Amino acid sequence: MGIIRAKDVVYEYIRRDEEGNVEGITRAVDQVSLDVRQGEFIAILGHNGSGKSTLAKHINAILNPTEGTVWVDGMDTRDDTKVWEIRQRAGMVFQNPDNQIIGQVVEEDVGFGPENMGIPTKEIWERVEESLKAVGMYEFRKHSPNKLSGGQKQRVSIAGVLAMHPKCIVLDEPTAMLDPRGRKEVIRAVRALNQVEEVTVVLITHYMEETIHADKVFVMDGGRIAMEGTPREIFSQVERLKELRLDVPQVTLLAYELQNRGMKLPRGILTVEELADALSGSGVR
Amino acid sequence: MLRDITLGQYYQTDSVIHRLDPRVKLAGTLLYIISLFFFQNFLGYLTAALFLGIVIGLSHVPFRFMVRGMRAIIFLLLLTVVFNLFLTPGTPLVTLWKVTITREGLRTAVSMAIRLTLLIIGSSVMTLTTTPNNLTDGMERGMRPLKLFRVPVHEVAMMMSIALRFIPILLEETDKIMKAQIARGADFESGNLIKRAKALVPLLVPLFISAFRRANDLAMAMEARCYRGGEGRTKMKPLIYRRRDRLAYLCILLYLCVSIPVGRLSFF
Repeated sequence: MGIIRAKDVVYEYIRRDEEGNVEGITRAVDQVSLDVRQGEFIAILGHNGSGKSTLAKHINAILNPTEGTVWVDGMDTRDDTKVWEIRQRAGMVFQNPDNQIIGQVVEEDVGFGPENMGIPTKEIWERVEESLKAVGMYEFRKHSPNKLSGGQKQRVSIAGVLAMHPKCIVLDEPTAMLDPRGRKEVIRAVRALNQVEEVTVVLITHYMEETIHADKVFVMDGGRIAMEGTPREIFSQVERLKELRLDVPQVTLLAYELQNRGMKLPRGILTVEELADALSGSGVR
Repeated sequence: MLRDITLGQYYQTDSVIHRLDPRVKLAGTLLYIISLFFFQNFLGYLTAALFLGIVIGLSHVPFRFMVRGMRAIIFLLLLTVVFNLFLTPGTPLVTLWKVTITREGLRTAVSMAIRLTLLIIGSSVMTLTTTPNNLTDGMERGMRPLKLFRVPVHEVAMMMSIALRFIPILLEETDKIMKAQIARGADFESGNLIKRAKALVPLLVPLFISAFRRANDLAMAMEARCYRGGEGRTKMKPLIYRRRDRLAYLCILLYLCVSIPVGRLSFF
């Protein structure tokens, strides 16, 4: 069984009017099943309101499913006695870096999680050091988070989760508020985490470029999983992606248009290098 | 003007004062403030200023950072001075038109101004040299006996540290909203007091909404990182008194022993 498993998960938001009467029910997540194995890099794509963030909050037991079950490392997220253990195993990084940094100094913020877990002082320091080094923020350990760039703040948030020694990290649109440079920084840190530290990563995003290194991509739409497969499989279905209101990366789009005009190219091109190689290989000069 | 409040703004550098135990700094600041209210002559204030000067020198924090905190209370300071200057009864010194400045009035006004200035700068030294987390740690430890009376010491300390952390963020946000509204023709600067207060309403509403949203996000982020109150929590930086802390206590004691008797001498 995988580290994260979801079976037929349904989550409903109940809207109420001012008297507290039920006005309507919105199904944010609808019959979603997932199975993520230890060490995998999973990406969940979807436009705004597709239910991807709601789904993410289930993995950390912040939300409980209305129907269906979520297991994290074999523990049912609805089991109240296991909540803290689940939150330690599955760390979570949120969208707004300012709203998740608690400490006034970088190292104090990274130590916040281990402190809550009751880790002995000496070990907290070791964990803080190794986590900050893993995201390349060690030289900023004495700085105030207010003076860091968005990408740096988000890397501190990742270190804060990493210091809790999770088996899995869920990143809920960690790059949505960053500039292109900050986005690259964060994605690089996330990839290193997955490859070097062997942490399972669930990356939630609406930027398709960020998912090309994932082992598996899920595309969500209207609370359901609309597509599922490797990045290459997903990216080769340009028409379907457009239907789901996702921005296909420019290279992929270019390759797709060239194919449509009769050029012989492999399907699902993800990077500029790949396209250049394919073009020079196909005899176009 | 909004950005000028230094209270709660940590200045990053390395100094003896920075390394002191927060309990020392808290107790020191408190005793220092109390000492200011004992003085009856200007020699006392001089001693206090001298002591503060030495501490500032040791802290390696540029002096302009201390003064920056003053700007925010300059209005309060002026108000206090004016009221004391004109409304204290006593021997008349100068009479201008209908108001009279008395000897006693001048005396209280000047000493009030000095007292307030030293008080603000004194507490700024504490907040500039101590991280808020450290500060609340100090408070938490210092107020631990109150737990017996069911005072939620840890929770209060945590709330204070979060409030302090969000002050600069919310100030920045206020600035942004203000500029956005000025860009669309809002007027915060002209008109009488009531008009200006009314102009602030459209500023406060989005600010409050955003503060609540932030609070919600933060609570979620804290819970996601296993925060569940003070129970079973360990400390990354546990508070242990060292030699320099004991020495600092001694210095504070020495200061009190010198300044209070000097400040109460009656021949000035």
